[in-house]
Amino acid sequence: MSSRSIRVASKPQVIAVAIAVAVVFGFLAFTLSAKAKPDSDETRYLSPREMVLSLDGRKLYVLCEASDEVRVIDTNSSTILKVIPVGHIPRGISLSSDGQQLFVANSWDDTVSVLDTRTLKVVQTLPTGFEPNSVVPDRAGKTLYVANRLSNDISVIDLQSGQEIKRLLAGRGASYLALSPNGKLLYCTHVYPKLAAHRTPPESEVTVIDTERQEVIERKSLHNVAGVFHIALSADGKLSVAPQLRPKNLVPLAHVEHGWAFGDSLAIFGSDVGGVVQVPLDELERYFAMPYAAVITPDKTKLYVSNSGAESITVIDIPKMLSNVHAPGGPDANDLSASANYVVARIPVGRNPKGMVLSGDGKRLYVANRLDDNISVIDTTSDMVVSSIDLGGKQDMTSLRRGERVFYTARFAFQGQFSCANCHIDATFDGLQWDLEPDGFGVDIVDNRSIEDLSGTEPFKWNGGNPNMATECGPRTEKYFYRSQSYNSAELADLVTYVMALPLRPNRYRLQAGELTASQERGKAIFERTKYKNGKSIPEANQCAYCHSGPKYTNQKLADVGSGKPTDRSPLIDVPQLTNVAYSAPYLHDGSARSMEEIWTVFNPHDTHGVTNDLQKDELNDLIEYLRTL
Amino acid sequence: MKPRLLITLLLLFIALPLVAATPDMPRFRWESFTTANGLPDNHVFAVLVDGDRIWAATENGVALLDGGKWKVFTTADGLAHRAVLSLALDKRTGDVWVGTMGGLSRISAGRIDTFNQLNSGLSNDVVYGVAVQGDYIWTATAAGASRYNTRTGQWSLFNERNTPMYEIWTYAVTVGPDKVYYAVWGGGVLEYDIATERWKDYNDPDGETEIVLFKDQGLIHEITTSVSYVDKILWVATYFGDSRYDGRNWHNFLTKDSGLPSNFTNQVKAIDANRAWFSTDKGLAYYDGTNWAIYRPALDTHKPEMLLRDVAGAIKKIPVQSAPAHNYILGVDFQGDDIWVATAKGLSHGIRQKNSVAIAGVFSTEKAKGKK
Repeated sequence: MSSRSIRVASKPQVIAVAIAVAVVFGFLAFTLSAKAKPDSDETRYLSPREMVLSLDGRKLYVLCEASDEVRVIDTNSSTILKVIPVGHIPRGISLSSDGQQLFVANSWDDTVSVLDTRTLKVVQTLPTGFEPNSVVPDRAGKTLYVANRLSNDISVIDLQSGQEIKRLLAGRGASYLALSPNGKLLYCTHVYPKLAAHRTPPESEVTVIDTERQEVIERKSLHNVAGVFHIALSADGKLSVAPQLRPKNLVPLAHVEHGWAFGDSLAIFGSDVGGVVQVPLDELERYFAMPYAAVITPDKTKLYVSNSGAESITVIDIPKMLSNVHAPGGPDANDLSASANYVVARIPVGRNPKGMVLSGDGKRLYVANRLDDNISVIDTTSDMVVSSIDLGGKQDMTSLRRGERVFYTARFAFQGQFSCANCHIDATFDGLQWDLEPDGFGVDIVDNRSIEDLSGTEPFKWNGGNPNMATECGPRTEKYFYRSQSYNSAELADLVTYVMALPLRPNRYRLQAGELTASQERGKAIFERTKYKNGKSIPEANQCAYCHSGPKYTNQKLADVGSGKPTDRSPLIDVPQLTNVAYSAPYLHDGSARSMEEIWTVFNPHDTHGVTNDLQKDELNDLIEYLRTL
Repeated sequence: MKPRLLITLLLLFIALPLVAATPDMPRFRWESFTTANGLPDNHVFAVLVDGDRIWAATENGVALLDGGKWKVFTTADGLAHRAVLSLALDKRTGDVWVGTMGGLSRISAGRIDTFNQLNSGLSNDVVYGVAVQGDYIWTATAAGASRYNTRTGQWSLFNERNTPMYEIWTYAVTVGPDKVYYAVWGGGVLEYDIATERWKDYNDPDGETEIVLFKDQGLIHEITTSVSYVDKILWVATYFGDSRYDGRNWHNFLTKDSGLPSNFTNQVKAIDANRAWFSTDKGLAYYDGTNWAIYRPALDTHKPEMLLRDVAGAIKKIPVQSAPAHNYILGVDFQGDDIWVATAKGLSHGIRQKNSVAIAGVFSTEKAKGKK
């Protein structure tokens, strides 16, 4: 032993040691304290979107879209047991039939996280199609189905190998999957309508998959329907219900005061019904905007529908609804008086209620209030909210969050008919063309544009009439859309903050290192060319990269590219940004081009919208491949 | 054991396999579908077997025989064009791809999506051939080959600028595990190697002449109409005879030295490396690697006819009660032992009969006479 070890410490040394010990103990105390709570980042909002219950009902798995995590809640104590990080912008969650695995669809990562419910850890990450929004395993736990919103298909993944074995063709915007009670059929709904002939009524579909054959066996057509969200099936498999939107986009929106904007409704089908029928959720003078999720009680007496824009849950008496369906004359989705026959309650809940889940005995309904970061618990006997589960998350309210609440609520619109999110579903677009202005039928038809990453793309509107977002969202929205003047200036400022902060979704066509494929390189050269193929110079204003310049590929000016129609008041069109242009078909200001190809093969006969008529077909394909990377 | 018995057993041991190997030529009972019993048009360009269901490509839409009933898909349902030229099944998804005179359509659980040269990257609206290779859809069009990636939506075009395709009128396409083959009408055969992504051409060593100077030294003719690739053997149909290529050697078939009823062949479809069916303008021919059988209404009397030709060239007429609807055959597909035949005057179903025709038996009884 050395002499240093027995040396008496000096006073400064004692103080130093004391400080060191205090620091160590302090650190330990902090660490232990932190471990007593779930590992979580409370500087972010959570935005709970979907939920599932464990088989024994003791755990509620809450998928938090904004914080990229699953929060595990003890349903007895309403406490958070665990916070599990998953992929980016998760939107779909489901439980395996044995309860041992959770599957989470990470929409911006194009993956599914597989979680072990015993360890509550991610054990596997599986690749999917573009923007997976919903995930469901088959009953045997051998195959996973994933609805991909941007690639418009359904991934079929072999769970043993983790390999995607095929893709099944879905409709546009595949977003939600539900398995039939016997596990034989899988239903898929879609948030966007099919691409169809210009100015024709929107059509959506419910895609039906045979899980044994792993093939699509039926496509149920939904007429006059655009966005369709969840789908619920009764325990006996005889009744299916899908909340949906019936847009009235073929008539001027000036008719909001007559109820001609959106019909919040249900598509119902199954042997209890016969074919597909549609029934309204709205009342004559009050609307229940953006119906999202549906849940049927085990005894099939009640149906609950979350009205995500109306901050409420609609309760429907199923026998009465079926009686109305089978009544002489049948149901009429536009007859808003019909809902009085079967709607028995409207339960106020939190902001932007989305996913719902019912306890196994059917006595408790959990509702995810996405913009309140909490769960409403409803007693299904009294149909009243009996408690609320706080999920944690960021507590102080920012302008961004307040703006998000303004964006998603319909309370500012006349009779609560719709919110910004009706047309900009999940802050994107709706795939529809609208007759917005009070200028007569069919005049100035405009395609709905995506609202991602808008900074630097001003002015707004296709005619460039609004110089900034405050004008776009303020007087214009109030006057022409909402038919009310209900915003105050602070709310408008918050809304503008939120909209202008909406991020750009990841581009799936760009190689990881930012490189271009050979085809994309050739397309880039065409996009940037200054000469015709015969060597003559292309006038500057007719070069692609002249109008579509800058970081967002817009010079922020008006241009006449020959796409104007006789029904347009001016041929001058705002040069649109091209970021993520691949996702936002149809194209041109009025949505008359169903594909990017048609912009030039159909609507550019005189080379007024860039020079393309000297291109070979494969060169045009190259140009399009490049545009998809922007 | 006595030596005599031993020799007998030895001979039996040697002879039995030979007896078993004696080729039997299939015999069919033919049933035909026309406009009289549900087909939308008698001109059937192609037929596709999809399990128990039969798809027929007609001049007036696609017809689906399902559960004994015909369902017809037309332009009113979204089909690209009324004249349907080709069909291909994606066995993984059940989707059917349809090549027409006005573009390419996909029929998926009753829904039809159409791709044409205006709304998509398809090179040309006249789609003579279509084939499925995993997530890729290959088409043979009047302006080169197009490949559609069903996952990304990307179109890749192949033509005279990026392949050895000196003539861009592609007429048929077939897909194997490692290769994709194109019949190029007037341009021989093109081969695409899936692993290397490289193209290679096969041409008639005699050039574009209709004189065969170098038989079995290459493709029989440049005007190719169909390709079939099975067990790494390439079969090619042309309007001037047919070819078989094993990767090293070519073997050509002409009416003058084979059982082909005509050199004018619309389609060849192989069963395996040795057996194939030939759709000609003078009947349907089956080749078992040695012998030939022809099924058709007789060219003169139009009565049902089945002809056999052995390796020595001897021909025997087999009495039959039925035949395909017409002797102008455009294509076939197989349903187990049955065969479906697209003709210029209807769709025929060849129902395989148990009593096949034993070649050895037929030609041992008498020396065959006559000409086909």
